[in-house]
Amino acid sequence: MTDMSVTVLLPGVLRADAGGSGHLSLELPPGATLRVALDQLAARHPRLDRRLRDDQGALRRYVNLYVDGAECRGLAGLDTPVPAGAELHVIPSVAGG
Amino acid sequence: MTAQHGSAAGTVALAIGTGKGLFLATSGDRRRWEFTGPHFPMHAVYSALIDTRGDRPRILAGTTSQHWGPGVSASDDLGASWQEPAEAPIAFPDDTGASLEQVWQLAPGPAHQPEVVYAGVQPSALFRSEDGGRSFQLVRGLWDHPHRPEWTPGFGGKAVHTVLPHPRQTDRVVVAMSTGGVYRTTDGGASWQASNHGIRAKFLPNEYPEFGQCVHKVARHPARPDQLFAQNHHGVYRSDDGGSAWNSIADGLPSDFGFAMVSHPHRPGVVYNFPIQADEYRIPPDAACRVYRSEDAGKSWGALTDGLPQHGFYPTVLRDAMGVDDAEVPGVYFGTRSGEVFASPDEGEHWQQIAAHLPDVLCVRAAVVG
Repeated sequence: MTDMSVTVLLPGVLRADAGGSGHLSLELPPGATLRVALDQLAARHPRLDRRLRDDQGALRRYVNLYVDGAECRGLAGLDTPVPAGAELHVIPSVAGG
Repeated sequence: MTAQHGSAAGTVALAIGTGKGLFLATSGDRRRWEFTGPHFPMHAVYSALIDTRGDRPRILAGTTSQHWGPGVSASDDLGASWQEPAEAPIAFPDDTGASLEQVWQLAPGPAHQPEVVYAGVQPSALFRSEDGGRSFQLVRGLWDHPHRPEWTPGFGGKAVHTVLPHPRQTDRVVVAMSTGGVYRTTDGGASWQASNHGIRAKFLPNEYPEFGQCVHKVARHPARPDQLFAQNHHGVYRSDDGGSAWNSIADGLPSDFGFAMVSHPHRPGVVYNFPIQADEYRIPPDAACRVYRSEDAGKSWGALTDGLPQHGFYPTVLRDAMGVDDAEVPGVYFGTRSGEVFASPDEGEHWQQIAAHLPDVLCVRAAVVG
């Protein structure tokens, strides 16, 4: 089976950590999970990765990661499978004063 | 006298870390200041270092975003541009199971090791850099200390917030943490000894435990490195033997509570403190803004008030929100939780307010940069 393309959408505040783009394309192997997607992102943009995940690889508390519109914590977290053509959307949660 | 000293200082840079970004100011006379910022908007800046040991001044900032986590950024052009390495400057190794929450302290190593920088962090740990603060390694000896499971978080978190490298003997470092107390190493960080003998912990059943004291800040002078000054959660102390034993120096202060403790950059035994009435109030005694200075290593204290509001002043000064520059006649600076910054060009004799309405001030650092 061939790799599948997915798209990552970033908020403006993170674009500087992703080479200036808010739209990133990933080529993932079939059956890949969110963790695999983030690992691939990390290899290309390590500074972006640590905005999203802590030192132990956990998604930061106030970072929400949507898979085709569903927040991953309501699915299987970073073990959530990523379907072909999926849109992964990073949105900061409502937090802070 | 004051004007002479002010004009002789050269250019002084002032770094003001706040709850919502870093503000930088420069001055040629320490009276008129030019501000830039906020750098790192929406990031809490708990630690800053103006490092003047190299060819040109380097500013390091420990930043924390509620959303995007902590980081350390560096500027070699007084804040005109910032760099943060692609790889995390400070990260806990996988086997620790820990993740960096916040950088509470960025401290320069000895003058003869200009690339050595220490970071005190939350959760309580010490990191050491050998490349000027671009990358840091965990000091394992402190992380593996058998006391660590018993270090408990204070209100501000569980953090190493004070790092005092010995000015000449590179194997000796003193750290302080909340809540845990003072620890020191004499073998380059391989082993650490709790150094709290004589410091009272009135919030514990055993009031004089080996460790568990809530030290807020420790200061010392590089020319007299065995003399340490500590502001604790109740209690102000001095040690004359590198931390083996501590004795109270709170007499003469209006309160034994506070956060800040700062050493004069040139005169050993001269220290600055900002007392806070505790525990029910947590406001400056008499609602007056007063810096206290001792010129005899804590035997006596005098209030510095000229130019500071003496009525209806309620904000507090946090542990790193007071600092000195290193001019011949040093300036003294402090910021408040209500976003005011006060500066003295003459060792605290005269003060003026140089900023207001900033976010809450978390740290203040100053240095002569030109």
